[in-house]
Amino acid sequence: MPIWILRDFSKCSSCKLCEIACSLKHEGVVWPEASRIRIYELIPGLPVISTCVQCDDYPCVSSCPFQALSTGEHGQVLVDENKCTLCGTCVYACPGKIPRIVRGKLGVIICDLCNGEPECVKICGEMGYHALQLVNKPDGEIVKNYLVSPEDASLKLLAKAIGEE
Amino acid sequence: MKGVWGRLLEVDLTAGTSRSIEIPEKVYRMFLGGRGLATYLLAREFREKWRFLDPLSPDNPLLLLTGPLTGYYPGVKLSVSGKSPQSNSIIGSVVSSEVAIELKASGFDGLVLKGSCEKPCYVFVENGNVEIRDASSIWGLGGLKLIKQFNSLLKEDVKADPKTPFVYIGPAGENKVRTAAVMAKLAHAAGYGGYGAVMGAKRVKAVAVKGYGSLPPVDDPESLNTLFRSALGNIKERMKRFRQWGTTEGTWHTGYYLSSMPVKNWSEEWHDVKDFSHVGFELETWVKNPWADWGCPVACMKLSIAKWKGEVFITDNPDYEMAAYLGSNLGVFTPKGAVVLSSLADELGLCGIQTGNVMGFAVELYEKGILTRDEVGYELKWGDVECLARLMKDIAYRRGIGEVLAEGTFRAARLLSEKKGVDLTKYAIQVKGIAVGAHGVRSGKDYPQPISYALSVQGGDHTSVAGFPVNSTESEAWYSILDSGVVCMFTVLDDSSLLEYLNKVTGWGLDPGEFYDIGRRIITLQRILLLIGGPDAEWSARDDDNPPRFYEPLPTGPYKGSALKREEVDELKKKYYAEMGWDEKGIPSEETLKRVGLEEFTPMLNMLY
Ligand code: SF4
Ligand code: SF4
Ligand code: SF4
Ligand code: SF4
Repeated sequence: MPIWILRDFSKCSSCKLCEIACSLKHEGVVWPEASRIRIYELIPGLPVISTCVQCDDYPCVSSCPFQALSTGEHGQVLVDENKCTLCGTCVYACPGKIPRIVRGKLGVIICDLCNGEPECVKICGEMGYHALQLVNKPDGEIVKNYLVSPEDASLKLLAKAIGEE
Repeated sequence: MKGVWGRLLEVDLTAGTSRSIEIPEKVYRMFLGGRGLATYLLAREFREKWRFLDPLSPDNPLLLLTGPLTGYYPGVKLSVSGKSPQSNSIIGSVVSSEVAIELKASGFDGLVLKGSCEKPCYVFVENGNVEIRDASSIWGLGGLKLIKQFNSLLKEDVKADPKTPFVYIGPAGENKVRTAAVMAKLAHAAGYGGYGAVMGAKRVKAVAVKGYGSLPPVDDPESLNTLFRSALGNIKERMKRFRQWGTTEGTWHTGYYLSSMPVKNWSEEWHDVKDFSHVGFELETWVKNPWADWGCPVACMKLSIAKWKGEVFITDNPDYEMAAYLGSNLGVFTPKGAVVLSSLADELGLCGIQTGNVMGFAVELYEKGILTRDEVGYELKWGDVECLARLMKDIAYRRGIGEVLAEGTFRAARLLSEKKGVDLTKYAIQVKGIAVGAHGVRSGKDYPQPISYALSVQGGDHTSVAGFPVNSTESEAWYSILDSGVVCMFTVLDDSSLLEYLNKVTGWGLDPGEFYDIGRRIITLQRILLLIGGPDAEWSARDDDNPPRFYEPLPTGPYKGSALKREEVDELKKKYYAEMGWDEKGIPSEETLKRVGLEEFTPMLNMLY
């Protein structure tokens, strides 16, 4: 059963504990850049949560010339570090430019849903923020609507906060 | 080395060069990082020349440092220091900024800025590569405008990652106002010390840092992970009220119950305006709750918005210090008024405490007829947000009366006393050049020790107060450890858990005695630099005292009549000197220096006898 991370910008405190937890889980060290989830706080206090949405048609997977990407049972994208050449094709194929090439990593990094038990969701909930919640994956393209540009989204959140048109 | 990289990045702004400086592990073990490391580096570099170092000259380095706990212990702080243009010593100022994390992710424990730029510039550090770029397009800006424009500039000019944090100064720092802060994230300030003016004197508008690596390895990663998770849970449990109300709770708790809140330049310390409380702020101004810093389970901030005279004012809660100093201390008892003034202070890049203090000083002088309408150019009235906003801008731009007030309370009082031929220092609520934080000592209920400020090596700084026992969380040694570690005082649980954490990160295996010795060492060296002082202010045992006002009885509230007693303070002062190993003039003895491993600085004592 595909799962999905539901995000709520208004509840996000921008504590970035999700980034810390994600890097600890996958890399064993605090390495913010190697987090599969990213919190963009371009406007202080108004964070934008950004991570893979597990697109219905997985354009990243089909774009990879080296078949380094596949999907798993939870709907996650899996990266085969042995096949990935860091060519960047998938980055451009992704409507949200989510896959990331990080210095020191042998393959692109994309959220793998922690194989069904997302650490980021766990820590966010433990801390009582509940900005990330685990749900069944919604059908169709609707999920792609979250692939917003952090810059634009930040300005929209600001306009909303200060009550501007 | 574990928990730290053992190197700092030094940028020479004048020459436009940068280099890496190695710091031996022994130095970290002795001084940790942050405030302690800054004290050591400055003492070693300047020694006897400290007295002649003008804090606003290019020769004064600005240090942005992290510590071994940065990035591992929940929460984040960046230590900002150098020679303070307020106390003429070292103030370990801290600000919540991810610049600390990015520095460590770049392979450095800190950044040292030396010299100055000819034209306004910003410093961009990416994975340790330094670029000094033109900042003329953002010079003059502050607050949200600065943040939006600098985000775009970083993207266009150096193709920075959108997740590139920065610290910056507002117009006040540019104008070398001594109460200017180094700002971060709209409402965060390294306020104490006046380092915004130091940055302005270097013509550095902002410092942006991005690192792509991991944080340095730690000694015991597995138990640290367990410790991290349990610390998060414990902190969250303990700080529930803080999470809901932030420090804004103090507007009622400290103001009404403890009677320790500055009201009208400390002429009172009590109020009973219920709307001027966390609830009032929640109902009137909070649009987002909670708001946290990197890695923080407390989230003491809230996003606040107020609309006033057709303009939008945005800030955090404001926190207790701002609400007190830019609210009650100025006779402003409305959440909206406090948000407007706090937001304005953020935008101008002013420290709300130091600036709210000097403004209160000015309004009191005006009320007493000592400052005249002719001198000020307009009427000054308690609680009048319009004239107060005008006064604040005049300070930030050094206009009219603002020119004198921009020197901060201590120097403004000195200048005006000279000019008027009367002693105005009794209206100056400061200690050794640092305006006192918004926690009174007269009721004995909030900061209960009469020597809290009088004996602090950071003067009126409420985040570094002196106290007994000298090796406990009541002592200044403890606060210096927090600022050197570098951790946020709101996420720390107690000394034993912090020590355990430090040992797991560094592998040093320190015992509690050695742990507190680090603090004692830092305080001792800071004390020496404080007593050397100069060039425009020097301190001696005589200045180890409270502001005169604290000896006057509280006029209102549940502790009416309460005041500090001269004999008691003198008695405690003697006891404190003795326990710290300082002589009767408050000078650390040679023996003390030896005991804490500071022998190399013994020759500096000769300047003090
Ligand atoms: S852990 Fe939750 S609240 Fe914190 S930054 Fe991540 S999504 Fe936001
Ligand atoms: S970067 Fe790696 S995963 Fe992405 S398209 Fe290239 S080879 Fe495939
Ligand atoms: S969001 Fe990007 S990385 Fe994730 S599935 Fe869609 S295309 Fe792939
Ligand atoms: S689900 Fe796991 S991999 Fe994905 S962002 Fe969260 S912590 Fe990282």
